[in-house]
Amino acid sequence: MYVNEKWCLGCHLCEYNCAFAESGLSDMVKALKGRAIRPRIRVEERGNVHYAVSCRHCGDPVCVKGCLTGALAVKDGAVTVDRKRCVGCLTCVALCPYGAISPSEDGPMQKCELCLETAAGTPACAAGCPNGAIVYEER
Amino acid sequence: MLREGENGNRIPSGCAISGIFSRDGERISGEKVMRSIELMHDRSNGLGGGFAGYGIYPEYRELYALHIFYNDRAAKDDCEKFLEEHFDIADQAKMPVQRNPRITDVPLIWRYFVEPLHTKLAESQLDADEYVARCVIRVNSELAGAYIFSSGKDMGVFKAVGFPEDVGRFYGLEGYSGYCWTAHGRYPTNTPGWWGGAHPFALLDFSVVHNGEISSYDANRRTIEMYGYKCGLLTDTEVMTYIVDYLVRRKGLTLTEMASVMAAPFWSTIEGMPEDERERHAYLRRVFPGLLVTGPFSILLGFSGGIMALNDRLKLRSLVAAEKGRTVYFASEESAIRVVEPSPDRVWSPGGGEPVIFTLDKGASSCR
Amino acid sequence: MPINYILPEFEVRRDYDRCICCRVCERQCANLVHRYDEDAGKMLSDESKCVDCQRCVTLCPTRALKILKNENSFRENGNWSARTMTEIYRQADTGGVLLSSMGNPSEMPVYWDRILINASQVTNPSIDPLREPMETRTYLGAHPSEMRRDAEGRLITSLPPHLELDVPIMFSAMSYGSISYNAHESLARAAAELGTFYNTGEGGLHEDFYKYGPNTIVQVASGRFGVHKAYLEAGAAIEIKMGQGAKPGIGGHLPGKKIVGDISRTRMIPEGSDAISPAPHHDIYSIEDLRQLVYSLKAATEYKKPVIVKIAAVHNIAAIASGVARSGADIIAIDGFRGGTGAAPSRIRDNVGIPIELALAAVDQRLRDEGIRDRVSLVAGGSIRSSADAVKAIALGADAVYIGTAALLALGCHLCRSCHAGKCNWGIATQEPELAKRLNPDIGYARLVNLVTAWNREIKEMMGGMGINSIEALRGNRLMLRGVGLTEKELEVLGIKHAGE
Repeated sequence: MYVNEKWCLGCHLCEYNCAFAESGLSDMVKALKGRAIRPRIRVEERGNVHYAVSCRHCGDPVCVKGCLTGALAVKDGAVTVDRKRCVGCLTCVALCPYGAISPSEDGPMQKCELCLETAAGTPACAAGCPNGAIVYEER
Repeated sequence: MLREGENGNRIPSGCAISGIFSRDGERISGEKVMRSIELMHDRSNGLGGGFAGYGIYPEYRELYALHIFYNDRAAKDDCEKFLEEHFDIADQAKMPVQRNPRITDVPLIWRYFVEPLHTKLAESQLDADEYVARCVIRVNSELAGAYIFSSGKDMGVFKAVGFPEDVGRFYGLEGYSGYCWTAHGRYPTNTPGWWGGAHPFALLDFSVVHNGEISSYDANRRTIEMYGYKCGLLTDTEVMTYIVDYLVRRKGLTLTEMASVMAAPFWSTIEGMPEDERERHAYLRRVFPGLLVTGPFSILLGFSGGIMALNDRLKLRSLVAAEKGRTVYFASEESAIRVVEPSPDRVWSPGGGEPVIFTLDKGASSCR
Repeated sequence: MPINYILPEFEVRRDYDRCICCRVCERQCANLVHRYDEDAGKMLSDESKCVDCQRCVTLCPTRALKILKNENSFRENGNWSARTMTEIYRQADTGGVLLSSMGNPSEMPVYWDRILINASQVTNPSIDPLREPMETRTYLGAHPSEMRRDAEGRLITSLPPHLELDVPIMFSAMSYGSISYNAHESLARAAAELGTFYNTGEGGLHEDFYKYGPNTIVQVASGRFGVHKAYLEAGAAIEIKMGQGAKPGIGGHLPGKKIVGDISRTRMIPEGSDAISPAPHHDIYSIEDLRQLVYSLKAATEYKKPVIVKIAAVHNIAAIASGVARSGADIIAIDGFRGGTGAAPSRIRDNVGIPIELALAAVDQRLRDEGIRDRVSLVAGGSIRSSADAVKAIALGADAVYIGTAALLALGCHLCRSCHAGKCNWGIATQEPELAKRLNPDIGYARLVNLVTAWNREIKEMMGGMGINSIEALRGNRLMLRGVGLTEKELEVLGIKHAGE
């Protein structure tokens, strides 16, 4: 996932699309109404600069190295979390240079997993970006 | 009687065409081409037929032969007054015809052998051809009731409302002989009753017989009318004859160059040509875009000393050519050729957009 | 407390059952219409600032928003419409000239919608564009009047400079300043890919775009903004803007707040100064002066580029065009009264000028009557809304068409007509970087390419239906058109017959 800061408008639609995709529901209103979202992509902004941050799926991920229980692993090129193994030690959160990992609602850590297991299939943030700021491609 | 051109009436039609050309200049009787067009009877519906013959007036070879229709005596008087003011009339007579029950509503038909009045010609600062062309266009657009339907030297158009074979017999064409004959039978989708609208259309010595319906008609008409022509009949043949006259006589293009304007090759074809051909075709197409003719057409263009056959680029109308010895044949159907020449040396179909041109061989003249 | 006479034109209707308070509407509205109220725990809207640009509506992920006409109504009056009354209130408030953007929206006749196209049947076969060659390539420029041959009798094939278009559609002049850098980049890239041209408008040419020069028409307008030697050399053709359909008789107008940074540099004027182009070119007070400018420009560019003269459609357009055709111009562009603009006085935009359909027909016929139609090519603009309009324009006599509003619609414009405020929510008619960002040229240029490609395919379908396979045979082919519901006089000016004839 690559974000082009030049085109990011700070609209935050990527966050909502991520949360929706993760919910596994087919109706966005039902999925998100009345709930505070915890998206796996977050827009960082100051003044006129906006930038959506998500897991970089690093080639040599520091978080995987630091994970105490082996919950974090590289699967099919993506860095994924095994929810059953995560004990919530927050080591990965501290280690990730991008701040891409955060606790989920019910405890285990969560991060972008390229929508491989969600209802969306292809990354929802990229598909829903109105200005082509997020692209999903090999580089 | 619905006249072509009146109230902007445009009458499309399907047709038959035929042509015979003797490369040696041998003069053949009109009977042969009549037999050819008669075979294609079903391609006409009796609402128009006509012929053009070249080399038919050897004794008046240097004079313009004007064939004129008149609705009534008054029109004839008016027109003759105009002719006397502009031309030296060497001979004038009623056109000899043979009454035929299948040819009705016959107008007055007269024939004049003329040359431009020398003083008027000098005054006009034009060459003789341009002078005559302008006079013809003027009569046809301004003198109601008079229509000059043939105006070339040593050639003549003979046409009427009726099946072509009947028209030929009406004018007694078996008795005329020329080195080139073209013929046309018409199948219009309306009922024109007016003789001037039949084909061929002629101006000076260019005559065109045409089978087809051009979709670019109005684009062509509005372009050619800028150069002094008046398309009063609103027929395809009229506009195509004017285009030929303009490009060949006034702009000095060769027949092949003219064909490249009227049936210009597609850009994709032009791009594949060798460089100088490519430049030439691109140039012609870009200089005369308004004279590109689209829509199905197959024409036989007659002119002094030659004949040209041309199809549209997609060849959407039939046209067959054949050769036997020194004589060339063209027709809408091969059977129409074989009925007059049962064993030609070769028979072929000219390609779309490819002009087929034959001229009198060097040294040959039309006086045999 | 002063009375507010200007009531909100629109109502923002939010379906609260659908709204998930994602606040995208709040973040994306440059007019600050939406806000999240912490105490109420929901989104609230201030409809008085809404211009109906549809940005929030299109971005809302749950489609919770609708913008409606404010149902609050004055008493019905066939003579005094709400709009007319509000305009008077505005002028009483400010004492100013009313300013509007984009094209005339009034209920005047649209002749394109009363003209019908022919198809071939029975006597003449239609042509299948999928299986047969169908040519839309067009050349714009003058035609030589004499054929010349060399010593061997071969034709000398030199031609005056022409523009070669793969499709008969070009992008109309929209100045850098009235629209953003990103919009220009989208237009330039699309023109290059499509094999056609875009027009700089009177704002000059940004140096980043010199590389698209071969697909650029550079404009010389009355203000001469950004006109210098390199500018003239950079383009493929030079357009002298004598008038514009949206505002015949007056010059361009770019409010000072849009003249910043690169705009000011490219136009060669100080930042913040209003760029109000003079009404006439002050060196062209008559047709002979125009001829001098045409030839000066040609001399400055070594006679290598065609010169276009753009005129607005006004009452004696035919005579004006005739004069222009004799002034050495290669191409005449006619802009009808429905043409768009970044900013123009409302009264001029709505009341001055005539429809392009009539102007085009009159000019084409007049030039043919005078025997000079082949000296120039004609380009028609001023509300060409579809490929059908383009086909009808070509059949009336145009060689090609200019599209402006249609191109902006492809880029995202929703015709809210607030360009003059400089707060275009779609990143098109604004210079604020935060807003201009919203138009990503990678997306924008692809949409333009899609639009023109789709139109070109439709043009080929219609041509095939008429039995025409090269666009030259459609040009001026009035018999392919018929009118419906038009008066004798309208039919006469258009030069077409009534349907049924």
